[in-house]
Amino acid sequence: MASWFAWLNGPQTLGNGRGFWLSFSMVVLLLVFLPFFADEYLVNNIGYFFIWVFMAMGLSLLWGYTGILSFGQTAFFGVAGYTYGIITLNYGADYGLTFGALLLAVALAAIVAWIIGYFMFYGGIRDVFVGIVTLSVTLVLETFMAQTAGPEWAIGAARLNGFNGMSGMPPLTIPWPGEDAIFLEGRTLFWFLVALVVLVYLGLRILVNSRFGNVMVAIRENPNRVEMLGYDVRRYQLIVFIIGGALAGLSGVLYTTWGTYITPSAMGLTAAALPIIWTAAGGRKDLTATLVATVFLVWLSQMLAVKGSQYALILMGLILLVAVMLAPEGFVVTLAKKIARLKAGNSQPAADVPKPKLAESSPPP
Amino acid sequence: MTEFFAFLYLWGDAFTFLVLSAMGLAIIFGMMGVINLAHGEFIMCGAYVTVLTSRLNLPLPLCMFCGALAAGIIGVILERLIIRHLYHRLFDSIVATWAISLIVTQGTLIFAGPSIEGIKTPFGSFNIGGYSFSTYRVVLMAIAVLTLIALYLLFMKTKYGVRARATIQNPRMAQALGVDTGRIYSLTFGLGAALAGLAGALYAPTTTTVPTMGSAFIVQSFVTVVVGGANALVGTAPAAGILGIIQSWLGAAFGQTIGQIGLLVTVILVVRLLPKGLSGVLSRGGNG
Repeated sequence: MASWFAWLNGPQTLGNGRGFWLSFSMVVLLLVFLPFFADEYLVNNIGYFFIWVFMAMGLSLLWGYTGILSFGQTAFFGVAGYTYGIITLNYGADYGLTFGALLLAVALAAIVAWIIGYFMFYGGIRDVFVGIVTLSVTLVLETFMAQTAGPEWAIGAARLNGFNGMSGMPPLTIPWPGEDAIFLEGRTLFWFLVALVVLVYLGLRILVNSRFGNVMVAIRENPNRVEMLGYDVRRYQLIVFIIGGALAGLSGVLYTTWGTYITPSAMGLTAAALPIIWTAAGGRKDLTATLVATVFLVWLSQMLAVKGSQYALILMGLILLVAVMLAPEGFVVTLAKKIARLKAGNSQPAADVPKPKLAESSPPP
Repeated sequence: MTEFFAFLYLWGDAFTFLVLSAMGLAIIFGMMGVINLAHGEFIMCGAYVTVLTSRLNLPLPLCMFCGALAAGIIGVILERLIIRHLYHRLFDSIVATWAISLIVTQGTLIFAGPSIEGIKTPFGSFNIGGYSFSTYRVVLMAIAVLTLIALYLLFMKTKYGVRARATIQNPRMAQALGVDTGRIYSLTFGLGAALAGLAGALYAPTTTTVPTMGSAFIVQSFVTVVVGGANALVGTAPAAGILGIIQSWLGAAFGQTIGQIGLLVTVILVVRLLPKGLSGVLSRGGNG
């Protein structure tokens, strides 16, 4: 248990102390018990915020940790969402089949990421071009799906429906011994989402604090040097890109089941900007900051969208601009570092003073 | 013969669209390495100003000039206010242009509504062997070629051009020799924005003027810039030529969307085979 806990902490994540984990457990506990005293609307809504967290954490992994700026995570989001829709509309939700559809859809997103990533990273293209190619992919996918309105665009029983998108997918189910399947709706879906967020978050923390994570960060800092040290940079970039694509795909499937619809605009230019905004505003180099910022900003957008989504998007644009200009590390990370500095300044003023180690290690002649 | 002319026309049309929509992006990218994600919004700005000034009954070419000029001036202002502070953080400057793009698109949506009444395509059409061709599109082809020639002369024959090329090659050395590189950067950003505005102005009579119209241009311009590579003067025209063949052929045979997918597949293959783009191949011995 203790060693397992040690894997979670390390130099690549903020919040390694006892205080952090204590408050983390409190938040998780609160979320688990939330459906017992909150109304259904609130529970559903908070579940909706969590849907986006996976795509954002995937982007943090790519951009923040590995230095790959992908502008087109929404491509994988859309591929997985549409795949889930096509499979479930054809085969229904019996026997927990939708859970299989979830896995298949995420796998397909990962395969698409693999193909695109192979051509990009093994072609050795420069960072900026990764952004353009990924953005082009998602925009072309949007244009393609938007023109599938005709009846000839159908896969089995599933009409693609062009600009209006697909709708009417069955909710998620999990196969369960003794019963046919458990339907994930309302409360159950919320618990499922909380469990998934916690699992993915902890898993990614283990990843970034492992040796693999150290190589990722080294690639961000200086890919040439990493290559000189004998690491195959392309392979690491490709693996991280596949993980990021799969996470975006997971968000896509969950989004599709949550609202039982998906439209081409989920892959459009505006949709593609949102993960960048959440990640940049929170602090792309830290998973926790990205998670917190994503939930907060999705909530904020939703509050403002009541007045019109234009206003929400203008505010998101301004937040991105201010973050880039004034807090390039992200608001959450900057804040966390300030608090840490204040604490350290107050409680242990002598902590920063270096001890005279040299004198100890070299005995006097 | 007619078939040949029809294909030539389609190719010329695709080439023109690619050159005009990509040139502004390519020049900014070549100079600063920044991919301007607000490129589509400069195009939109050019189109809006053209449409709005044409309501004052000014001659159309003058309206288009106003459109390009407005985009250029806004470009210089944005460079001074924002891009300048992010020179040493390439990714951040790209992300900042995306933020600008988002704010401008949604702001236009709030202030100007979802669409404004456009202008009619001038000149009408002419017939060759049963096919009907738009005269205006042929005029656009001529303008695209003239723009390329003008840019070549600007960068090769003027004082600004020499300084700009020096700044691209070695900014520190250029600065040491007395070139005001900051000014060159903001002029170049303005030039790129003005070219984007020109594209919007020229295509305003052929498309609907909506706040999101920029996104109809950006995939094509991205693709052209990636295939063209870092040297805008050398790379853009041949890239547009080759991509124009692919797009016009696929587009004529299978429709516009397949044409666009063809472009995307081409660019992914090109990236694998020629990471530095066409200009990396064409300008051997240069610093690429």
